Parts: sequence; structure tokens; C-alpha cells
Amino acid sequence: MSVKSESIQSKKDSGQDERLKKISPLRVLLNRPELGALGGSILVFIFFGIVAGDTGMFSAYGTLNFLDVSANLGIIAIAAAMLMIGGEFDLSIGSMIGFAGICIAIPAIYWGWPLWTSIIFAFAMAVLIGYFNGIMVVKTGLPSFIVTLAMLFVLRGATLAITRLITGRTQVPGLRVLIEDDPIAWLFATDTFQWLFKWLGSMKLIALRTDGTPLATGIPPSVIWFIALTLFATWILMKTRYGNWIFASGGDKVGATNVGVPVGRVKISLFIGTAVASTIFACIQVLDAGSADTMRGTLKELEAIAAAVVGGCLLTGGYGSAIGAALGAIIFGTVSMGIFYTDVDTDWFKVFLGAMMLIAVVFNNYIRKKVTETK
Amino acid sequence: MSEYLVQFNNISKFFGKVIALKDVTMKLKKGEIMCLLGDNGAGKSTLIKTLAGVHKPDEGEIIFEDQKIVFDSPRDALDIGIGTVYQDLALVSLMSVTRNFFMGREPQKGLPFLKTFDIEKANTIAAERMGQIGIDVRDPSQAVGTMSGGERQCLAISRAIYFGAKVLVLDEPTSALGVHQASMVLKYIVKAASQGLAVILITHNVHHAYPVGNSFTVLNRGKSMGTFQKKDISREKLLSMMAGGEELDKLEVELKEMDRIENN
Repeated sequence: MSVKSESIQSKKDSGQDERLKKISPLRVLLNRPELGALGGSILVFIFFGIVAGDTGMFSAYGTLNFLDVSANLGIIAIAAAMLMIGGEFDLSIGSMIGFAGICIAIPAIYWGWPLWTSIIFAFAMAVLIGYFNGIMVVKTGLPSFIVTLAMLFVLRGATLAITRLITGRTQVPGLRVLIEDDPIAWLFATDTFQWLFKWLGSMKLIALRTDGTPLATGIPPSVIWFIALTLFATWILMKTRYGNWIFASGGDKVGATNVGVPVGRVKISLFIGTAVASTIFACIQVLDAGSADTMRGTLKELEAIAAAVVGGCLLTGGYGSAIGAALGAIIFGTVSMGIFYTDVDTDWFKVFLGAMMLIAVVFNNYIRKKVTETK
Repeated sequence: MSEYLVQFNNISKFFGKVIALKDVTMKLKKGEIMCLLGDNGAGKSTLIKTLAGVHKPDEGEIIFEDQKIVFDSPRDALDIGIGTVYQDLALVSLMSVTRNFFMGREPQKGLPFLKTFDIEKANTIAAERMGQIGIDVRDPSQAVGTMSGGERQCLAISRAIYFGAKVLVLDEPTSALGVHQASMVLKYIVKAASQGLAVILITHNVHHAYPVGNSFTVLNRGKSMGTFQKKDISREKLLSMMAGGEELDKLEVELKEMDRIENN
């Protein structure tokens, strides 16, 4: 009894709950899903800083190179992460990239559509396919793994068959000339901050070509999209009602339904999200390369899921973050490019990818236990 | 206006050939706690789902505040003020107390089309509401997974009340709890009723039901064995009315028999 009154006294004195332990900032950080990815990316940068610091990897050109690769992966990883938080998978991301590519290229090259209409057409197809994936999962109750695995084959096959039927080949080149003066294509094909790089070049601060123009011409569009999408997704997840519904739908579908969360609609919209992100990825790559390839995006779905998992998403849903997925993508992008600057054979990249993912899953599992354990 | 807040008259529900419920009648006043007792398979779950709007009754009528009501969905039941707390509580253990409290009904602020989830306001309300029932939420952004079973139950009930429940339907709120936790939840239920809510408490535990209930309805094999006021019935009588009763008597006799044989 005396103990109790004492503790009440101390509560009054200190003006705060006596059971509220002082939490160290480290502890707060531990409760964030992106912690592992943050630590991982710091380690990766330290490693390459030591091993490849003097090789040009961190020059303006080198940096933009690995950022470009990271950003491309990041665009789909963020959408994949949001879907995973919502409790589902999308294995059709890679095939969707290939399909979106030919949706842009064939109408533009073979049917004479203006480039911007074929880009809009590709996004419309993405919304349709995402909607189909979503409605199949929601209405049939089948695991999204199966539904989207089927879509992986269907889309890749259709991409190949349609392209060969119309063009007789598996690649559709010739897009580059169409980009100029197009009202939409610049969104996916313009290097920004070119003035900054010109200025840096004129100041001899970055490497120049022999003709005096800077080697790195500007920030690639992928990086801008990547940053914008990371911010947008984080805002949605943390700051909106819809974000709360995503966590709820993935955390406990039945419970969320019982309190009035429109779980079906949330999931369908997230499937549309991954398909649209795949199409953004496709736009950037197709316009950059000037051609669409039926095999583009192969295995990208698994890289996107791996980045999301390294970023702290639980495979069971209900937990994760967009910033984590972005960091996961940066880790993979940096290592896949950085490995060229080291003496390590690039064949080892996939080994690293697998090992990183395994460590991340073990770590995330531990974190989840920490978060949910009864005090 | 009749003295009853809500009346369920002659409710029947059939699933194909199976008669899940037959002519069940219950009437509740404001501030009353009615305990719905029955063994497994007595039809309790079907009845709850009918009250909550999940099932439509095949026969009978629901009268709420003197008006006949037909529910097309659980949402309808929620909207008129029948709040159901299911056994699984509809809580997500990885999400914070606040995010759970407002799940599906998040307060918003800001411009139209750019509305954000007002987390500060939500945190304040959640902490305040939990405080009122004597649960110090140490930190409303902590995960629900860190709370005890009793605290979670109270959170789910508190949420139902905050969102306008006039009739509270509680499905086995104490079944998974220890003695201390169960009494915490029961205390809260009594408090809620004293503030004018009608409570339907579904349980198979007479020892939890008897101290808090004002009236008792016993279900057996889909039929109501009647509704009894507390003064008219003893705990033992209630227990034996549930299907388990006779069997427990039989068990007692058998045990005595075994005892006698061993002692000889």
C-alpha cells in the first residue's frame, strides 16, 4: 500500500506518468521500420568510401550513375512497399514494365499516335491491369501471390506475342526522335538542374568532356520521380486517413472491415499503384533508351520486393515504410554500381542481394517481436 | 415512448435446414446490463451477428427507440448506435493505440482534397478516453501489441462508446482474461451502463455475468429459455439452466461415486 501511495506521489511531483520510462532516442529509432535500411545504407557508403573512394564512384558523374539505378528501382520499390503494408504482393511488376513499354512504343511508332497519347494509353492500361489484379484478389480471396504470378506470365507472354505479331521483332526502336516538343514525354526524359552542372563545369568543379561540356549533364528524371514519390508515399502513410487504412487493411483485414475500413477499395487502389509505378519506370527507361524491349523489367518485381523488405516491410503486412523502401533501393543501387569500382567480380552482386535480404528479414522479425511484446 | 431502448422480438434465423435461432426475444432498457448466457453452439454468435447487422433475421423484428429497424449491413447497425465489440476486438497489434482507436473514422483537418489525419487531436482524445477508464496510456503512439488483454478489451469498448454506441454488444469480453483483468473489464462495463448505455453481455461464464447483470437470458440450442431478473434467479439455477448444468450435476455424482469406490 505504501508503495502505491509513494508512486502516486512521485507521479504528482514529476508531473508525468511514473510508468513512462525515459526512452532514449536510440529506442525511439529502434521502433521505426526503416532503421535497418538506414544502418545498412550507412554501412554501404562507408564500405565504398573506403574501398572505392578514389576511383570516381563518388564524382558527380559516378554519383548520378548509382543514384539513377537506385531511383529506378526505388520507384517500383515504394509502390511495392505500400502494397506490402496493405498486406498483398504484386509479382507482375516486372511484366507490367515490359507491357507498358510496348504500349508506349507500338502506338507511337506503328500507328502514328503522338507520343503523349501513347504514354496516356500506357497509364490507362496500367490502371486497368492494376484494377484487375486487385479485384481478382479481393473478390476471389485467393492469395495475391498466385493471382499476380499468373499475371506475370500472362503479361509477359502477351507483350512478346503482340509485339512480334505487329512488328515481327521483339524490340521497338526509334522513339528518341519523337521526344522533342512532346507535351508529356519531357516529364520522363529531361535532365533537370542542367544550369547547375554547366556552372559547376565552368568552375572546373566537376569532370568535363573534351568539348568542354560537363560529363554529368543534370539530375536524371528517375531521381526526381524517386524523391517525389518517396515524399508523397510517406505523406500518405503517416499523415492521411487513407494511410491509416493501408496499415489497418494489412494488419488485420477482418478487424479493419468490422470497424468500417473499405479494405477492398484500399487494396485495389494499391494494386493500381504498383502497376502505375511500373509504367513510370517503363516511361523513363523506354524514353531514355529510345526503344522498348519485350524483356524489359524481367525480375524487377523480386528486386522491388527485396528492397521493400530490406526497408523494413513485413511480409505479413501492416508494417513498413516508404522511406525504408527508398533506402533499400539505394542500398541495392549503390552496391550494384559500386561493385564495378572495386576489384570484386560483379557476379557476386546477387549473392550480396540475397544475403542482405535474409539479414533484413531476421532483423525485422526481431523488431516486430519487440514492438508487439506485452510489457 | 416505451420503456425499452431496444427490443428484439421473436427473432429466428435459419441456415438451410438448420434452425440457428428460434423465437428469441430480448428487451433492454437504458442503463441495463443483460447477460446472454449459453453453452457453445447455443446460438450466441448467430444472435450477435443478427444484432450487429451481419445477418438479417428470417423472422421477427428489431425495434430501436420505438422504430422498426432493418439492417442491411453492419454499418447500418453502427450508424443507429448498436456498437458491437467482437471477440477478436478488431484491433491491429502492430498499430498504435491512437491509430487503432480511430481506425476507419479518423479525424481530418486541412483543405478539401488535401485533408490530413489530425494525429495530434486523435492522440489527445485517445489518451483522454483511456484515462477516463483508468488506463494510463503511457504513450498513445505505442503499439497496441504492448497492452494487456484487459486493456485491449477496454480500448475496444471505449472506442465503441466514443463513436456513439447506445447499445453495446460485447462478445465474450472476459473469456481470455485472468481474474484481475476480467474484473477490470467488468467494472468498466458497469460504469458504461451507469452512464445510460444498454449493454448486452454475451458469455458462457456465469461467475462473470452474475455480479454485473441486471437480467439474464439463457439460450439453449437456438431457443431462449426465458429472461430472468436477478432477484428471481440464483447463480446456481442459471448455471444449471445452461446446457452444461445437468452435465455438471451428473459429473459431480460420478466423481462422488469414484471417490466412494476409492475410499472403500
